[in-house]
Amino acid sequence: MLRQNWWKIVCVILLVYTVIAGFLGDVPAKPILNETIRNLYFHVAMWFGMMILFIVSVIYAVLYLRSNKPVYDIYSLEYAKGGIVFGCLGLLTGSIWARYTWGAWWSNDPKQLGAAVALLIYFAYLVLRNSMTDLDKQARIGAVYNIFAFAMLFPTIWIIPRMVESLHPGGMGNPALDTHDIDSRMRVVFWPGAVPGWTLLGVWITTLRIRLRLLEEKRHVSESFESKKKISNA
Amino acid sequence: MLEVRQQYTFYGVLLYVASTIFVLYLSMGEPEGPVWKGLFWMIQLFVCVNAVAKSFLQEGRGRLLYFFSITGPANFILSKLLFNALLMLLMSGLSLGLFVLMLGNPMPNPGVFIFISCLGGMSLSLVFTFLAAIAARAQQSAALMAILGFPLVIPQLLLLSKISNIAFAEVIQGGLAGMIVVLVGLDIMILALSLILFPFLWKD
Repeated sequence: MLRQNWWKIVCVILLVYTVIAGFLGDVPAKPILNETIRNLYFHVAMWFGMMILFIVSVIYAVLYLRSNKPVYDIYSLEYAKGGIVFGCLGLLTGSIWARYTWGAWWSNDPKQLGAAVALLIYFAYLVLRNSMTDLDKQARIGAVYNIFAFAMLFPTIWIIPRMVESLHPGGMGNPALDTHDIDSRMRVVFWPGAVPGWTLLGVWITTLRIRLRLLEEKRHVSESFESKKKISNA
Repeated sequence: MLEVRQQYTFYGVLLYVASTIFVLYLSMGEPEGPVWKGLFWMIQLFVCVNAVAKSFLQEGRGRLLYFFSITGPANFILSKLLFNALLMLLMSGLSLGLFVLMLGNPMPNPGVFIFISCLGGMSLSLVFTFLAAIAARAQQSAALMAILGFPLVIPQLLLLSKISNIAFAEVIQGGLAGMIVVLVGLDIMILALSLILFPFLWKD
């Protein structure tokens, strides 16, 4: 586990930069969008964070299947949970934005549906894990489903929403990152600030949760050890 | 394999198809094109859940142990996938026939739709076979099938209902060939994934 502190400081600095420059910096004035274009620093960065956390989660799932070390399973689960939180935030920021630009919180746009379905797939991952009591089985089947779900994520959020017409910025192509949507003033905040900043925050939260889980496991083991000692003493 | 010996499940699914379509006819009459299309894919989905889920859920422990001793995991999942694909092919053909018979035929070019429904039935069966293999390992697997399966098949159903527009529209729109390619690619990916991942579900 990362024990250094420098990346946490970098994360805070980047996020402070994102928020200050994001709210005060110059943005291109576009009709309809107006100031809501600043949502790019939050909404789009959330999806980057979610995707990166899911990728890390699936890597740990593969590692678990190869080595059967329970630590990898805890990593994989917590990264998936972190990704789900970021996905929910992405959906929430997107829907607030849609309220001001499209006029409705939810308008059954293909991109909204794809994102919601992707989150459902990952919620099913949590349900599947909870439905089993045996820890080893939980980890193995969870890892198998995680890999499968990750593969199904690609058509759900990357391919199909791009093939049908949509109100979402970028229309048929790459959402929101086209050259005519954002200019260099925004790029300076988005690429170095928002994307790594939010992603590092996600990794930070996840590593904290992993440490908590590992400590719990340790206490669990030592407690059962203690109780065994008591029984053998008595 | 086992379904040949347990024929009552097969006839059960047949009856299920026939009775749902009959109920549909009683409640809907002869619907318009888009409604027809939507109903058809919904029925396909539920038939698939019913027909395919049984393949793993109803295997007893003893029989699974017997399979483990005679073949490897790759052969086993491949034969399951193949059998379920054939089963769904039959079911799609049957329900398509019944749909046309009872709910009428709103399509200008039905020949294409036969091909599409075969493709769709096979894609659905691939996803659900693998999910049944996962769900069979957990408790309360029947409920779990729905929770796992429905979000995962939404992309496929979306693609299928878009592709079916070929059969319903007089003029063929562009971009639909690309969707067929995506669907076939998706099927190949699911096939490869289930071959790779099934050995991990297999050992107990």
